Amino acid sequence: MTAKNLIYDGTFDGFLSAVFYVFEHKLKTVTIQNEFTVQQGLFSENETIHTNEAKANRVWKGIKSKLSSQGSYQLYYAFLSEQSGVEDLLLDYIQYTFSQYHKVDKDYSHPSILKIAQIAKSVGREKHRMEAFVRFRLTKDDIYFANIEPDFNVLPLIEKHFKRRYADQKWVIYDIKRNYGMFYDLKNVEVMQMDFPDNFDFTKTNDAFFATQEFEFQKLWQDYFKATNIESRKNMKLHIRHIPKRYWKYLSEKQPI
Amino acid sequence: MSFQRTQEKLKILADAAKYDVSCSSSGSKRANTNKGLGDATGMGICHSYTEDGRCVSLLKILLTNHCIFDCAYCVTRKSNDVKRAAFKVQEVVDLTINFYRRNYIEGLFLSSGIFKSADYTMERLVAVAKKLRQEENFNGYIHLKSIPGASDELMREAGLYADRLSVNIEIPTEAGLKKLAPDKKREDFIKPMVKVKNEIIQYNAEKKIIKSTPKFAPAGQSTQMIIGASGENDFQIMQTSNHFYKNYNLKRVYYSGYVPISYDSRLPQIGSEVPMLRENRLYQTDWLMRFYGFDVSEILNEKHQNLDLDVDPKLSWALRNLHEFPVDVNTADQRMLARIPGLGMKSVFKIINARRFRKLNWEHLKKIGVALNRAQYFMVCESNQFEKRDLTPEKIKGFILQNSTSKYQKTLSNQLNLFG
Ligand code: SF4
Repeated sequence: MTAKNLIYDGTFDGFLSAVFYVFEHKLKTVTIQNEFTVQQGLFSENETIHTNEAKANRVWKGIKSKLSSQGSYQLYYAFLSEQSGVEDLLLDYIQYTFSQYHKVDKDYSHPSILKIAQIAKSVGREKHRMEAFVRFRLTKDDIYFANIEPDFNVLPLIEKHFKRRYADQKWVIYDIKRNYGMFYDLKNVEVMQMDFPDNFDFTKTNDAFFATQEFEFQKLWQDYFKATNIESRKNMKLHIRHIPKRYWKYLSEKQPI
Repeated sequence: MSFQRTQEKLKILADAAKYDVSCSSSGSKRANTNKGLGDATGMGICHSYTEDGRCVSLLKILLTNHCIFDCAYCVTRKSNDVKRAAFKVQEVVDLTINFYRRNYIEGLFLSSGIFKSADYTMERLVAVAKKLRQEENFNGYIHLKSIPGASDELMREAGLYADRLSVNIEIPTEAGLKKLAPDKKREDFIKPMVKVKNEIIQYNAEKKIIKSTPKFAPAGQSTQMIIGASGENDFQIMQTSNHFYKNYNLKRVYYSGYVPISYDSRLPQIGSEVPMLRENRLYQTDWLMRFYGFDVSEILNEKHQNLDLDVDPKLSWALRNLHEFPVDVNTADQRMLARIPGLGMKSVFKIINARRFRKLNWEHLKKIGVALNRAQYFMVCESNQFEKRDLTPEKIKGFILQNSTSKYQKTLSNQLNLFG
């Protein structure tokens, strides 16, 4: 049998549909790849997978019944890492899970399980960082807008937190790296895409888009941040460990005044 | 809200509030109800960090830095020549709400200098919290300072709106207090603390009967002591701390290394070093007391009145009590396991779990995360390799200090950096 390379649309359902295909055809030598990052294997044959919600749900239900709740969320978190090759690790994990009678997600002596747990942990850390570092700015349309650029695709993971906390204001959190966002309209959260002008600078608060008072509150926040520092206790190493520099870009307190 | 006036006030009143180190915003259970704003369930989030590495999670400000008192250690004291300002109640509400909506903060920490009288001041603090809860439907975190000497009535009201209340005792001994804060009486701190404690007890009792009893300060009470301002030794400090934990059900006692702010001859002079390492050692002791089953008198007593700076208090205790070691990790009880240097409580629980399945050896312990470079001198396990020499405490200490690239050394050299 030739090696197969399954190509899916990048969604979690798409990935699960590919897993379904693997089981259905009892494939042995197989890789799963996102359609945006396909690398042609020398001896493998490509197969495009059509996302099928019903099949995906069946696989997901099966997985959930074989794992602790922590195990299944680790799996989903690891998927959102988008790391290259993570699909194959996940597939290995899933196949191992189904081959065993007992729940195996705590068996860290299995290499894929250990690796997935580690990846899930970094994704979890990124989720917490985003919950802390999102900075909303009030637009002229009365929407609180935040742009993020997380290392991993954590937007689906932080939605609930923001929905619960900011139940009485409209907000958008936009992932500019992946070009999609979530919009909360006081009732539901919806996935959306926006077109930004070419010269739109996400680090600046432009008065064509943002409310006048927005500048004032950013300024007040910067002043507050400065005033709260105790110079004689300064410890930049510790500071940077807490907020790695790559996050500074969109933190209003870190912008030059 | 006039932007410029507010900006001016914010600079003054945030600066004056920054010496209060408590910043915790966790431990409350206030959920978002009726689609209001905010949520204070679960762990508090650090939204930013100051350049000195402290968590920024609350808008921490004074309502005013006008004060009728003259506590020597305080920048706000009456005799200090600083700019004074006072927020209006509505200004604090607006700042809190607008910062919160932008995801800058978890909530508000409001303290104040005492203007006119204790009650007059407390009334205004309560008014801010009340407005936030009732008019803005705000469910974020609110920490109010209890003003020493405030009436029971006001303290009761404060607890209905705030998640946490705190009175800073600041100076660990009565003698020190007399010297540095002649206007203040210890009873004045104690009174609101007792009131809040009793209300919390009553709330917990009533809640069992009537579910809808309004929440009372769900995140409890805390206090802060200044370290190194009035000459107390560590023994006195921790005795006071222990007393407050035991008698007033405090959630936390904070220790704040004194940052010199005046040329008053009763105090360390401006430019003298902030005792950060000592502060760290006190926190470690506090931890040992609360989570590791130590009695404070084991760590600090008449004979041993100050904590060592070069090693942590647990190691220091172990070195003074070598007759209790080595401990066999495969048979020892939790209490003794927790006393082995290099073993955190997490490792203790992991050991207790893991040893049900097999006898543990060094390899296992390493995987579990035990800091063997310190622990090895104090324990034996399923292995015939263990420390067989009859080492003196000084020798062991020497070995450990040699081999540790520990965070304590970093702290030590950091302290030195302050002069560099
Ligand atoms: S009463 Fe409080 S604010 Fe006033 S001087 Fe004393 S410590 Fe400072």
